[in-house]
Amino acid sequence: MDKMPKWVDIALIPLINLFLALVVSGLVVLYIGESPVEAITIMVKGAVGSTYGWGYTLYYATNFIFTGLAVAVAFQARLFNIGGEGQAAIGGLGVALVSLSVDWPHWTLAFPFAILGGALFGAAWAAIPAYLQARRGSHIVITTIMFNFIASALLVYLLVNVMKMKGSMAPETRRFPEGSFLPSAYDMAGWVGLKFSKSAPLNITFFLAVLCCILVYLLIWRTRLGYQIRAFGHSEPAALYAGISPFRITMITMLISGGLAGLMGVNAVMGEAERLVIDSVQGAGFVGIAVALMGRSHPLGVFLAGLLFGMLYQGGGELEFEKPAVSREMILVIQALVILFTGALDNMVRAPFERFSSRAKRPPKPQPPTGSMTHKSDDTKVARS
Amino acid sequence: MEMSTILPILDGTMRSATPLLFACLAGLFSERSGIIDIGLEGKLLIAAFFSASVAAMTGNVWIGALAGIGASMTLSLIHGLASITFRGNQLISGVALNFLASGLTVIVGENWFKLGGRTPQLDGTARFQEITLPFAEALRDVPVIGPIYTELISGHTILVYVGLLTVAVTWWVLFRTRFGLRLRAVGENPESVDTAGVSVARLRYGAVLIAGLLCGLGGAYLATGLAAGFVKEMSAGRGFIALAALIFAKWRPWYALFACLLFGFLDALGNRFQTIEVVGFVIPTQFMQALPYILTVVILAGFVGKAVPPRAGGTPYVKER
Repeated sequence: MDKMPKWVDIALIPLINLFLALVVSGLVVLYIGESPVEAITIMVKGAVGSTYGWGYTLYYATNFIFTGLAVAVAFQARLFNIGGEGQAAIGGLGVALVSLSVDWPHWTLAFPFAILGGALFGAAWAAIPAYLQARRGSHIVITTIMFNFIASALLVYLLVNVMKMKGSMAPETRRFPEGSFLPSAYDMAGWVGLKFSKSAPLNITFFLAVLCCILVYLLIWRTRLGYQIRAFGHSEPAALYAGISPFRITMITMLISGGLAGLMGVNAVMGEAERLVIDSVQGAGFVGIAVALMGRSHPLGVFLAGLLFGMLYQGGGELEFEKPAVSREMILVIQALVILFTGALDNMVRAPFERFSSRAKRPPKPQPPTGSMTHKSDDTKVARS
Repeated sequence: MEMSTILPILDGTMRSATPLLFACLAGLFSERSGIIDIGLEGKLLIAAFFSASVAAMTGNVWIGALAGIGASMTLSLIHGLASITFRGNQLISGVALNFLASGLTVIVGENWFKLGGRTPQLDGTARFQEITLPFAEALRDVPVIGPIYTELISGHTILVYVGLLTVAVTWWVLFRTRFGLRLRAVGENPESVDTAGVSVARLRYGAVLIAGLLCGLGGAYLATGLAAGFVKEMSAGRGFIALAALIFAKWRPWYALFACLLFGFLDALGNRFQTIEVVGFVIPTQFMQALPYILTVVILAGFVGKAVPPRAGGTPYVKER
């Protein structure tokens, strides 16, 4: 693998994988009797053709960057945090509790506390699976899946029985106080004298997501802790030998991961809905897996992949609007194929490249040691004579 | 509690447990061979969709079931391709296949029937009918045994009985046949199987395909036995509960039956009562729904016995050269 040029590994192969996923998705579109070219034109136009489109695209991207970073940070320690969905839901609960607890005078006060609330709640939800993995060896994938379901049951319970507004049928909290409303893209564009769509949900949390990308980069590649996380991910025995505590790294990594997922609540609950509703996450936790895989677990990659999936979600919505025959679930199919090709079938595309580059740079293949297998030594004899 | 309250709940337990059981045994075959399968959910869903659709089109539930099995095994093949041939990450492949199933079922369903992702309502020969076992009516009035036989044991669709039978067959295959011995070996120590001259890949493909077959039956039961047609996302997390049951059962067939019955019982209890009161405390239904997952976490934490998965699970096998 290390014989391959770096650009092939981080750019070309993901792009080929993405291309394959799009081709197969195109076949599905073709099957249901629509033109794939037309579909993709509508999607791109719907996603980036107007400030309204951009407003939605970047709003979705903000969610996906948070959940993508959550998965990516855990991947660095070779932990597969599949529980972003639950952590983001509980993070949203934390954000809602903060927003509802005080009659906030101004968003600048509410914002930092909501960030704290979301991150703490998300991290807390990741803490138990992390502890069980680190101390009792329970597989983190299974426990985080279970915690997704437990989180969803807990939220339904709280919203139906405890936090529901009095006299209302809908299982949702009352609207947050006005002082906690985050500035939307329309407001922010107004500050600098620009025009932006008023109805798009994009808000200031986008910049928090960008900041998180930078902070994660600095953490993973520029600090001692990040080095330990990566070392632990590469080889647990080696990390242990170097005096790195697996327990400590597993806990810290998962707490950071859960905290990042929990921050999604700031965007979705506080920035968009301005109340806590059932299923505020809407699958973004799982999209995070695709985003982290696509982005090769690097913050820049996560940012770009988050943007791509934001476009996919917004474009997919527009596609359903324009072509009712192509339902919104097309997004799920594309997402599934992206995960399949970039994550699971990666070697299918990678292997030919590796073979090619190793053939180009390393002409003679090392001979197998003679004598280890009898029929092999016959071959070498033939070769010698 | 009265007999008349307990029996319907136990009857409901059988119904709820059957799809779990098929999926759980599917996972058992797969994981015993070293291939982790979190795509059980997707396979159930796609099998439910294709069995209901084809049953609706042909009016024959058996052809429907075959189509469901075919669809489920196709997903299994993709999973095998990704995790055995291309040595990809099995968890990621499972996640992808779950999404693929939930997307495709709605898109194709909308295209075929234009009913918002549902299939038409099934009836008659397009559904698995309830079977009345012999003497069920004659024994009805016998005290205790009579109602149990007539209401609980008799009167299920054939797939419920097939499910129970599959437990015994699974046990027999795993622990009494050569294939089963090799299957268990390949999940614990693939090198040993390879050294003995048996193809690791072929065994694992076999296990994964059996998993597809069983999930196919489970999905067919969901859409054409338990319900009368397919609705969007109708598997509703059952694949994951089955995964939980598998861990709960510590990857053993008979334990799997009990785990599925337990989780089926919780489900039936939740369906029957809106709220359950135990010594003055009201237990919310959401707690009942979350209980299988909570129990699994407790088991995984090792507080109640230790669940040790097959050792080679999740790691692709690289043949020595």
